[in-house]
Amino acid sequence: MRMHHGKTTAAVVMVSALALAGCSGGSNTAGGTEPAACEPSTEPVDLTFTTWVPGMDQVVELWNEENPDIQVTVQSGPNGNSGTYQNFFNQLQAGNAPDLGQIEYDALPNFRVQDGLENIAACEGIGDAGDQFIDWTWNQVTFGEEDAVYAIPQDSGPMAMFYRADLFEQAGIEVPTTWEEYATAAEQIREEGGYITNFPRSDVNWFAGLVWQAGGEWFSNEEDGWEVNLTGEESTQVAEYWQGLLEDDLVSTLPSFSDEWNASFNEGDQWTWVSAVWGTSTLQSGAPDTSGKWAVAPMPQWDAGQSAAGNWGGSSTAVLKGSDHPYEASQFALWLNTDPEALALANELGGLYPAASAGSELEAFAGESEFFGGQAVYDVFAEASGNVDPEFTWGPTMTQTYTDVSDGFGAAIGGESTLSEALQNGETKTVDALKAQSIPVVE
Amino acid sequence: MTTAAAPLTAAEKAHSRGPRQNVMSRAAAMLVMGVFTLYFLTPIWWLLVTSTKTGSEITGTAPLWFTPNSISTFFTNLTGLFQYQDGLFVKWLVNSALYAGAGALLGTIIAAMCGYALAKYEFKGREAIFNVVLSGVLVPATALALPLFLIFSEVNLTNTYWAVFLPSLVSPFGVYLARIYAAASVPGELLEAARLDGSGEVRTFFTVSTRLMAPALVTIFLFQFVAIWNNFFLPLIMLRDQALFPVTLGLYAWNSQISQIPELRTYVIIGALVSIVPLIIAFLGLQRFWSSGLGAGSVK
Repeated sequence: MRMHHGKTTAAVVMVSALALAGCSGGSNTAGGTEPAACEPSTEPVDLTFTTWVPGMDQVVELWNEENPDIQVTVQSGPNGNSGTYQNFFNQLQAGNAPDLGQIEYDALPNFRVQDGLENIAACEGIGDAGDQFIDWTWNQVTFGEEDAVYAIPQDSGPMAMFYRADLFEQAGIEVPTTWEEYATAAEQIREEGGYITNFPRSDVNWFAGLVWQAGGEWFSNEEDGWEVNLTGEESTQVAEYWQGLLEDDLVSTLPSFSDEWNASFNEGDQWTWVSAVWGTSTLQSGAPDTSGKWAVAPMPQWDAGQSAAGNWGGSSTAVLKGSDHPYEASQFALWLNTDPEALALANELGGLYPAASAGSELEAFAGESEFFGGQAVYDVFAEASGNVDPEFTWGPTMTQTYTDVSDGFGAAIGGESTLSEALQNGETKTVDALKAQSIPVVE
Repeated sequence: MTTAAAPLTAAEKAHSRGPRQNVMSRAAAMLVMGVFTLYFLTPIWWLLVTSTKTGSEITGTAPLWFTPNSISTFFTNLTGLFQYQDGLFVKWLVNSALYAGAGALLGTIIAAMCGYALAKYEFKGREAIFNVVLSGVLVPATALALPLFLIFSEVNLTNTYWAVFLPSLVSPFGVYLARIYAAASVPGELLEAARLDGSGEVRTFFTVSTRLMAPALVTIFLFQFVAIWNNFFLPLIMLRDQALFPVTLGLYAWNSQISQIPELRTYVIIGALVSIVPLIIAFLGLQRFWSSGLGAGSVK
């Protein structure tokens, strides 16, 4: 599931920061890298699973029918950053966390650092389950540690470029394959009265997806601590590129996923959207009048002829610390995210694009989509999925990083600052935040 | 207000009855009130209008006016709302009514008893207790949610009805109001008389004193009702089971999923409209008592 930062989350985030500061004393250093022994229970087991994927209760029903001795109860609530993560932390503190929880990839390091995840590597079939998942998603749940698996990848958000095939053709503009062509097209489209796309100030994880594509890395977890690098070569390249488009008024700056934003797509002001696979349903619901006019192409490239892709969003199913039944919980999590029937239903009801490598062969992703003029769009995303750089690490305080960078982006859009300065500032603030939580930082 | 040095004649008195400011200041006052009324009512108007639109009409049509098929869309939305996920919304409404109704009722009784005791009985530490209660008014409920969660976790009461209900019973402001009001409106002589007639303290409280305190009790009830109905943070922290959610938390959870299930947008909007109806009813129904209650405490 993608991250969604609404204004409503601000209060929750504020309180969460306070609560963390107050509650996490002493537990900051992640312990227990050794996988705990993982034995099946001899008695029937009841598990609880907190998720916000719509329809997950029906998927779990499939499991419950087949496994009378391992019954799973689904509890759903608001999106992770809208309160569920904070609840997890509170519950971990109180020792009554659910056995399993949905956690987005960019929030996993936070839980790892707070020692909220059970290492399930020793559980049957988990340690070597890696080859069933897309490479980069598996790296997200192991943190590159030996003998460690902290969650099972659930879904992913490989990125590509949605574009208005009809408008490009009418205007006689080439569909861009490189970022350079994209900038040229942006000028031509502006002359036609439209915008090539919208620059979202609050979707910092979208921006991170572009940096990811360019081969940049914001964080790395080294032996002696975290390295924070929001201002590396690739990040700066991406920032300066979009800064140029912003300064020349070639992109709009509507708040993304808002009503105006939807309307802007629906009325044909937006010609492209570089977005993740779940964008297919966003467009279909937000811009119904444009049905049949869209198409999907791979992301524009920095160097012609390459095929690098980024990723935006995605979650895992984690076994939370303190679960009495890590064995059963891990077996359920593995089934949930690899069983073809479960994946198909989760896609149908919850719109998940599976992280399992076999997931792209699901029937739901075969065939042509009417909204996209009969194109087999999921083929593009399946290919993108394989082209996502497996080495990309999220930091342990992403909520804070997103907020600070997003504030900077806002200032850049207002012309008071630049995107590069926003990243610089975000890096400084992130280092401060890590230090404030006594998380070691390499500078 | 007027500094009348000389005694007023009867004619002047009659003349000055009722506000007779000059037209300008009156118009200014009306203008300010008009602006504020507009300011407060526009969002509600928007809510009402938007609840009569389909998902695509929300962005596609004029935001503050109806579409031609408003009425039928409104009822489609309403049935959709009540049927979605097997009537989960109805369950949330019932939960809210229980939390707020029962919570406010019991909370009012407790606050009334406490305030009454503080006002009418002399005992050691009375002022100390009152001051502690009073300082409770200053502590925001949000700040208490997390400690409450940890305490309730100790006794395995999180994710239960009680986790939201029990903390809702406490109202320091209610105790304060009840004390002030009891001191002013329940004469000591009356209690003395009741005692002489052989009435027990509890009976006196419920049969005599509560009647005298009625306006204050209505005020406390309304405050508590609204506070619990709108309480969001405590249920957010305490509850995991959707079936226990109050309507505020439920709508919030839906709202956070709009990007994944766009049809929820219409349900959140019409759900918000439906969820304020009980508050409006409570206010209109009890308004009469309320205004007299607020004023009465302050005069004496």
